Amino acid sequence: MSQMHHATLDHHHHQQQQQQQQQQQPGQYNQICTRTSSCGSPAPAEGSEPPSCPAHRSRNPRRKWQVFPGRNRFYCGGRIMMARQTGVFYLTLVLILLTSGLFFTFDCPFLASNLTPAIPAVGGILFVFVMGMLFRASFSDPGVLPRATPDEAADLERQIDSAGCSRPPPRTREVLINGQTVKLKYCFTCKIFRPPRASHCSLCDNCVERFDHHCPWVGNCVGRRNYRFFYLFILSLSFLTIFIFAFVITHVILRSNRTGFLSALKDSPASVLEVVVCFFSVWSIVGLSGFHTYLISSNQTTNEDIKGSWSTKRGKDNYNPYSYGNILTNCCAALCGPLPPSLIDRRGLIQCDTPHTVSQSNGTSSNSYASTQLHSHMCDQDQCIQSTKFVLQAAATPLLHSDPVVLAPLPGKTTTLGGPCAYLAPTQPSLPSCGGDVLTLRDAAVDSHCHHHLHHHHHHHHHHFVSPEETPCTTPQGALPCPAHLHLHPQPHPPVPSPATLYDPASQDALHEDSVRGLVKLSSV
Amino acid sequence: MAETHSLQDMRQQAAIAAKVFIQRDYTNGTVCQFQTKFPSELETRIDKQQFEETVRTLNNLYAEAEKLGSQSYIEGCLACLTAYTVFLCMETHYEKILKKIAKYIQEQNDKIYAPRGLLLTDPIERGLRVIEVTIFEDRSLTR
Repeated sequence: MSQMHHATLDHHHHQQQQQQQQQQQPGQYNQICTRTSSCGSPAPAEGSEPPSCPAHRSRNPRRKWQVFPGRNRFYCGGRIMMARQTGVFYLTLVLILLTSGLFFTFDCPFLASNLTPAIPAVGGILFVFVMGMLFRASFSDPGVLPRATPDEAADLERQIDSAGCSRPPPRTREVLINGQTVKLKYCFTCKIFRPPRASHCSLCDNCVERFDHHCPWVGNCVGRRNYRFFYLFILSLSFLTIFIFAFVITHVILRSNRTGFLSALKDSPASVLEVVVCFFSVWSIVGLSGFHTYLISSNQTTNEDIKGSWSTKRGKDNYNPYSYGNILTNCCAALCGPLPPSLIDRRGLIQCDTPHTVSQSNGTSSNSYASTQLHSHMCDQDQCIQSTKFVLQAAATPLLHSDPVVLAPLPGKTTTLGGPCAYLAPTQPSLPSCGGDVLTLRDAAVDSHCHHHLHHHHHHHHHHFVSPEETPCTTPQGALPCPAHLHLHPQPHPPVPSPATLYDPASQDALHEDSVRGLVKLSSV
Repeated sequence: MAETHSLQDMRQQAAIAAKVFIQRDYTNGTVCQFQTKFPSELETRIDKQQFEETVRTLNNLYAEAEKLGSQSYIEGCLACLTAYTVFLCMETHYEKILKKIAKYIQEQNDKIYAPRGLLLTDPIERGLRVIEVTIFEDRSLTR
């Protein structure tokens, strides 16, 4: 029975399917999914197909990072996660590499031969440690809380609305933690009540657990999962800076003892640059290390310290309920405590019955797609599910095997269905140009090109993660002249709705009609 | 193509009547704990003791994962000294406990909840925010 539902696309892609993945029966189901325009889905480049997605076996499985609703950038197939603006991170990298490089090239030979070779050795170890901690802090998930599923959000809304008759309904909850009253706020973007110490980062558009701050130097938020790396980074960097500063000065002094100050400077010009960089950075970095040492010992976050949440100025009985009492335990907990795993499962495969996270009502936050192909895939998937629902309702027999579970979140999805697709719908007159823009999107760094077409300001095209080897969907399309266009213009497959109605969630009647048509074809088998 | 009719698949054939969400309990701070209060929607389906026992066991497992003890300190220090490369070969303590939790939930579902038309979803799939209990329609009534 499941064989009927394996959607193969049309003949054009049939051969592709045959070569690349296990063969599904050419099903009449194809007719139902008339919206499934030619997302030429070859087999996935990596991983196995999601088993519980009968309608979409022929589609390449998406990984969850590709549909992540926050404003993050993903590299290496979702293994690396950073904020959107990474310019300052590259500056950090350049400064550290340049200064260390100059030190090892110009100062170390002299110091190794005249003093001891332990100097470059220790310097080398420090440098490697600094870089390791920097990468770890920059590339790991800071502790992002995944957004609520539609069911959860609906349940919470119900609870909130039933809680009080006063308008507006209360969007805070009070909890007693270790004797202190803590207010939990409701996050409108993520549709959850934020756990204590969590905060929503406006730059990354995510709620982060134990949110410390968003660090542009590191190119990421600093939260529960990467705070220790951040701290070790600034601590080791302050040691490295002081180390380089001290030994470059030593080098210049030793040289000038022999040859005089000016000729010493002439012999090693790099030293001047190093001294300047180190001098200016040592104050800020050492200062920051000291500040974070204080925060760790009192178990506070930067966020709490700045707001003065636990300061005694607020009230005599105000104290930090999270502190363990003594400095040593606080330090150990922050640095050596258990490291929780990432909650967002970036590399997981998207299953058909995976509840899609709630996007905002105008579909602002659910877009991290780089191309309309991905969009049309999501839309097609949803349309397919919608069609299936209508077939079931029409037939009133379990004709299709696709999980009814999938349908349950759908009532909430009809609005969100317009979400990812709405960005196409309002831009009907400019669809071809948007498609063209998408092409340039992939190449150029300008990702706001399409934005003016959109009426929502939260669409972000994360083109960076669409590297050729990662999205199998794009590889074959790369050879075609205008893949985006191909996707936007559906195959001549009767009935062909105009693009305007293609993704219009309001045209459920058209879907229904197609479903019934498909049903008729099915029953004629 | 043969289908595997696991209990879960069969469950998914049934229509969902409702979903209950067990929220987090923050009275002990940021440690992962769930409220043991028995939701009213489950009154007809399962014994209160049974349910509270499940939630309490889960809470204990999560507490163990986040416990600050000598084992976690040793693991943390070792990891720091090896520049965290040790986690390429070995699982963290937390991950081991999460696997244990997944097994426990699967076992509870198979033994206790599925026969009663309920399904527990592992909280890790919901970002450790809620325990989602799916209540399925009682087939015996509809037939």
